[in-house]
Amino acid sequence: MDAYIRAIEYYLPENVLTNDDMAAMFPEWPAEKIFAKVGVEVRHISAPDESASDMAVKAAEKLFAANPSITPESVDFVLFCTQSPDYPLPSTACIIQDRLGIPKSSGALDYDLGCSGWVYGLALAKGLIVSGCAENVLLLTGETYTKYISPDDKGNRAIFSDGASAAMISRETGRARIGEFVFGTDGSRAGDLIYRDGQFFMDGGNIFAFTLRAVPPMVSEVLAKNGIASGEPCCYVMHQANKFMLEALRKKMNVPAEKFIMDMKRGNTVSSTIPVALKDACDGGKIPVGAGVVVAGFGVGLSWAGCVLRF
Amino acid sequence: MDIKDFTAKFAAQFFETDPSEFKPETVFKELDEWSSLSLIQMIAMIDAEYRVTVDGQIINQAETIQDLFNAVCELKK
Repeated sequence: MDAYIRAIEYYLPENVLTNDDMAAMFPEWPAEKIFAKVGVEVRHISAPDESASDMAVKAAEKLFAANPSITPESVDFVLFCTQSPDYPLPSTACIIQDRLGIPKSSGALDYDLGCSGWVYGLALAKGLIVSGCAENVLLLTGETYTKYISPDDKGNRAIFSDGASAAMISRETGRARIGEFVFGTDGSRAGDLIYRDGQFFMDGGNIFAFTLRAVPPMVSEVLAKNGIASGEPCCYVMHQANKFMLEALRKKMNVPAEKFIMDMKRGNTVSSTIPVALKDACDGGKIPVGAGVVVAGFGVGLSWAGCVLRF
Repeated sequence: MDIKDFTAKFAAQFFETDPSEFKPETVFKELDEWSSLSLIQMIAMIDAEYRVTVDGQIINQAETIQDLFNAVCELKK
C-alpha cells in the first residue's frame, strides 16, 4: 500500500517586516549586504494574539476551499508539528480538530520538531496509512518563532518568519507518492539551537557546519534508497533555511541551480518552508509529472530527515 | 596546503577591507568587516576548498589567520 500527497496549502500572517524596516531599526548594520546573503525580503510576523493553531486552521481552511473533494469530514487523523503550541496542554491538534469540524472519531496529536518536522510528518502519516490506522491524514505545521526571538536579536529577526501549512495525505492516488525515508538525530548538539529560560539562541556557525556535514550524505542515501541513479531527472526542495546555506549545500552536492528550488524571499518559516516551497514550485510549473523530488529537512534537535516524492 | 594560498582565499571573502590587510598574523576578528556572517562564509570556504567542515568554535578559538590555517591542517591529518 502507498501513501500520497493530495494537496498542499499554506498561510503566512499579513503583518510583515521588510528589509527597509530592519535597516531603519538597526542603522549601524550593513543591512544590504546581509540581506543579499540571507535572501530574505519580507518576514511574516504573527499578530500578538495570533497563535500557531490560528495559522494552521487558516492553512487547512484554504486547503478545503481549494480542493472540494477534500473535506473536514473525510479526515481521520490530525498531525500537528509545532514548537510553539497554544498551551503546554492540551495538545493543540485537539483544539484544531474542533475548530475545523473534523469528526470526533479521528485521532489527533502534536509532535515537537522544527526544520525537519514536515518530512517526519510525511513519514508518520505514511506509517498511519500503510498500517491501516488511518486513510486521510491532515498534516499541519505551524510556528510562531518570532514570538521567541528578542527584539534586539537582529541576526535571527532577519531570517525567521511565522507561518503554517496544511497537506492532505491519503491512501488514494494523489499528486505525489511518498517514497522511502532516511532519518538522523544528534541530541548532543541540542544546545546549538534552543529556546531556554525565555531566550532564543542559535549558534549559526555550528548549525551551518552541521548542515554541511549531515545533509549531503543523507541526500545520497535518500537517492540510493529510492533507486534514483545519478543523472536521472529529479529536483530538490530543501528546508529553506537561508540563501547562503542553500547555495553552499547545492554546490557541495553538485546540483545544477535549475534543479534546486530557492524560495527564501519570505523568510524561514521552520517546519513550513518545504511545503511552502513545494506548493509554489508546483503552481509555478517547476515540477514535471513523473519527476522525483528530493525533500530534506534539517535543523533544531539536531534532527534531519529526507525522502523522495514521486510526482 | 600553504598559508599564502589560505590567506588569499580568506581575504577573498571580504569586499571592503583592503587585501593588503590580510597577512598570516592578522587578528581577523579585529577587522571592521568581520561579522557573524564572515564566520559562516569562512566555514563554507574551508569546506569547499579544503574538504573539511570546521565548527564555529574552531574559528572563534583562532586569533590569527595562521592559527586558523593550523587548525585546518590539524583536522585534515
